[in-house]
Amino acid sequence: MTQVQDLYETTVGLEIHVELSTASKMFCGCRVSFGGDPNTRTCPVCLGMPGSLPVPNEKAIEFTMKIGLALGCKIAEHSLFHRKNYFYPDMPKNYQISQYDSPLCHEGAVEISGDWGTHKVGITRVHLEEDTGKSIHIGGGGRIADSDYSLEDFNRAGTPLVEIVSEPDIRSADEARAFVTDLRATIEALGVSDVRMEEGSMRVDANVSVRLKGAKEFGAKVEVKNMNSIRSVVRALEYEEERQRKALDAGEMLVQETRHFDEKTGVTSSMRTKEYAFDYRYFPEPDMVPFEPAETWVGSIRESLPERPAARRARFAEEYGLGAKDVEVLTSSFKAAQWFEAAAAAYPGDAKKVVNWIIADLFGLLNEAGLELWESKIAPSQLANLVTLIDSGKISGKQAKLVLGGMFETGNDPEKVVAEKGLEQVSDAGAIEAVVDEVIAENADAAGKVRSGNLGTIGFLVGQVMKKSKGKANPQMVNELLRRKLS
Amino acid sequence: MTDLHWMSALELADALDAKDVSSREITEALVARGDALEERLGTFLHRTSERALEEADAADARRSAGEAKSRFDGIPVAYKDLFVTKGVPTTSGSKILKGFVPPYDATVVARSDAAGLPMLGKTNMDEFAMGSSTENSGYQKTRNPWDTERVPGGSSGGSAAAVAAGMTPWAWGTDTGGSIRQPASLCSLVGVKPTYGYVSRYGMIAFASSLDQAGPLTRTVADAAALLEIAAGHDAMDSTSIRDERPALLDGIDGGIEGLRIGVVKEFVGGGSDGVRAVTDEAYARLEKLGATLVEVSLPSFQHGIPAYYLVAPAECSSNLARFDGVRYGARVEADDIIKMTSRTRSEGFGAEVKRRIMLGTYALSAGYYDAYYGKAQKVRTLITQDLAKAYEKVDLIATPSSPTTAFKIGERTDDPLAMYLSDIFTVPVNLAGNAGISVPAGLAPDDGLPVGLQLIAKSLDEPTMFKAAYAFEQDLGFATSPEGRASI
Repeated sequence: MTQVQDLYETTVGLEIHVELSTASKMFCGCRVSFGGDPNTRTCPVCLGMPGSLPVPNEKAIEFTMKIGLALGCKIAEHSLFHRKNYFYPDMPKNYQISQYDSPLCHEGAVEISGDWGTHKVGITRVHLEEDTGKSIHIGGGGRIADSDYSLEDFNRAGTPLVEIVSEPDIRSADEARAFVTDLRATIEALGVSDVRMEEGSMRVDANVSVRLKGAKEFGAKVEVKNMNSIRSVVRALEYEEERQRKALDAGEMLVQETRHFDEKTGVTSSMRTKEYAFDYRYFPEPDMVPFEPAETWVGSIRESLPERPAARRARFAEEYGLGAKDVEVLTSSFKAAQWFEAAAAAYPGDAKKVVNWIIADLFGLLNEAGLELWESKIAPSQLANLVTLIDSGKISGKQAKLVLGGMFETGNDPEKVVAEKGLEQVSDAGAIEAVVDEVIAENADAAGKVRSGNLGTIGFLVGQVMKKSKGKANPQMVNELLRRKLS
Repeated sequence: MTDLHWMSALELADALDAKDVSSREITEALVARGDALEERLGTFLHRTSERALEEADAADARRSAGEAKSRFDGIPVAYKDLFVTKGVPTTSGSKILKGFVPPYDATVVARSDAAGLPMLGKTNMDEFAMGSSTENSGYQKTRNPWDTERVPGGSSGGSAAAVAAGMTPWAWGTDTGGSIRQPASLCSLVGVKPTYGYVSRYGMIAFASSLDQAGPLTRTVADAAALLEIAAGHDAMDSTSIRDERPALLDGIDGGIEGLRIGVVKEFVGGGSDGVRAVTDEAYARLEKLGATLVEVSLPSFQHGIPAYYLVAPAECSSNLARFDGVRYGARVEADDIIKMTSRTRSEGFGAEVKRRIMLGTYALSAGYYDAYYGKAQKVRTLITQDLAKAYEKVDLIATPSSPTTAFKIGERTDDPLAMYLSDIFTVPVNLAGNAGISVPAGLAPDDGLPVGLQLIAKSLDEPTMFKAAYAFEQDLGFATSPEGRASI
């Protein structure tokens, strides 16, 4: 990382949009869902037909308050919607119903752990607005400027959208990663959004500036857009940080601007500079009345909040005795943490063993298949059973890897995979003794060495027994039998 | 029996009930009346005569089966073209909506339909309800049946002229700053602007959302109460719609005004033309004679009503009208790119007054000007509301003229927007405060012989008192409100 070795310091503030997974849209009864044939999930309201009126979705207000409270925000006693006026063909009314100076949630903070250690990042505001439709540009490489014509799909128009704005308390690309990862896990745990960056249900914009260490003023603020994964956020910020540092080194003046991140090249390029500052002519939305969330409502939401990532990290370290790296991996997503906890609960022994199997082996298979932990065919209890089988001596660790592979493919119980593959370890003392006797008889020299106190040779004899039993004999029992017979 | 086209809706309801007449006969009479007068008066933008006759037949069938939808099943109605009507062209008087056929009905239309009222058509109006003479229509001028050289008022001028000429017993209008009450006054009709939120705005093409209200234009006070009752009530599709039960209006409308305290506004005394003053002074005296007590009230903030209104309404309209961009519906002027297409569509689609207000509103909301204009106007609005609340500690109703003048000549004020704006000086504060107001015919001005209206302003949701007073006044005055015999019709 670049944070310590030079003259500059980086400041990042994030603006994150999250589409809520309410059943219906923000201001009408149309269904919220990803995709669908163009313009099939629309009505006079979300198409902005003349005469139509918005009626706010109470569930969306509740979901927004959940997010706000989970991020430690205060809930406004008095809140209202404003109109943000600008012309764009994907916006049916040519104004967006949003919030302005009275956001639903404000003044929060979350604790993050990244390459600057653990510290708090302020949350400026969390507000609710409506999403726009989508423009599809035909011809000319799909960009508006040189396209032949454009089509509009309003299925997404009016989907409830939450905007989360952080304070500029983030100091590096890695901290941005930590912040976005925690935020995603938090919202996932709340069950209020799919938070899928690839599908656009979570969109991250970053304001990045670089200044000389200790300078009073922030550097020129550069807004970076179009980052479609957490990985892209990191890449874009690392690129931008470097670009700005180099520019400052070269004595160049940085300008306030908006830059577009290109996934393919990993490079940002200027979209527009500050001269294009818009005047959105915000004013209170006259089609709706201001609202005051009842204290009892806010209270019941606060009580029902799930555990937040920072608390989960502390608990995993404490309760399961896990190291920082393991904790980070398991808490990067709420569903992963849930999966792990279900496996740990089904396993009677030390949860660390389960963690090892997840991280060392299962993740390898998942990565190859491009799946997330919770998407695998293996149920948490099945993994717990696999580890239990090893503990009881029914299979060896080596065999267990084969079993895991079988489970991953079929979703079958480990016992079934063991039986099908004929991997059951032989722990029948009589059967093992017969083989041991055979091996002693066939390897009289080696047996003699052991008898005369050269215990190092015992490994060779164990190996012979394993070979004869086709790996099924319980190695520990073999070892014990050999020692007894040759002592 | 009176001509069917001059009968009130209540009279027609009784005649239908007594089987003296059928809905088809009524509807045919009204359609014939329209055929005879439409060319001269220009009241309708779109007539739906065929549909009205079909609906009339259906109503007759229901009545004979004993399944009437309501007491008024089969009595036709007309709608200002600002209400969206499923399958029937709707333009709000604007060229930019030429060819637009809405996919849904406004709540007012749906509820009138549920009561069984056949639709006669869509009436002319000032474009997007911006105007006081209906001269700002993108399509045609409407003439006042009392004097066809004069305007019917506006913006609901088409509805007003149609009712005044006997082409329909009643019609729906909308009132943002006086657009029902002022034409009612100029055409000698009853016109009601209910309390804000009394009638659903769903499906009303918005001009200024915080001021717009739908209301009836009729020839009698009782008909106005009846039509309002048909559409009033909470609507889940309009979140500014009042949730409370609406009190009965028609029932007990004849309760009289004995003991009622009626405020006369100090600042308005001496306001209006000589003819208007003479008629309204007489009207106040008549209210007193009927048992009300006249009390002088002071509403100092009312003088700021017009300036405040001309910031709030244009600000909201500049945003409300942004959706007319040629992308999804209505007219489109093709061009090379989206910016030129939108710009040319709006340049050619909107008329001068609409453009003027969009520019005023855009300016009033701009960064650096918001506080001085829109913000200040909202403060004036609060003051007006407070002044009114204070006045209502002393009085039950407030009486004023509805319009400062009688009907003016066509073209007289088109070059002077400010003079036009002042037509609404007595009505605008009521919209700003959200209260209810009614204009009731008060007689003819002695100087020009043209109709004058009396405005009665009620507290929010006190429509019953307002209707009782208007009814008592109407009955005592005994003024025949039809222009029959005038050379014009």
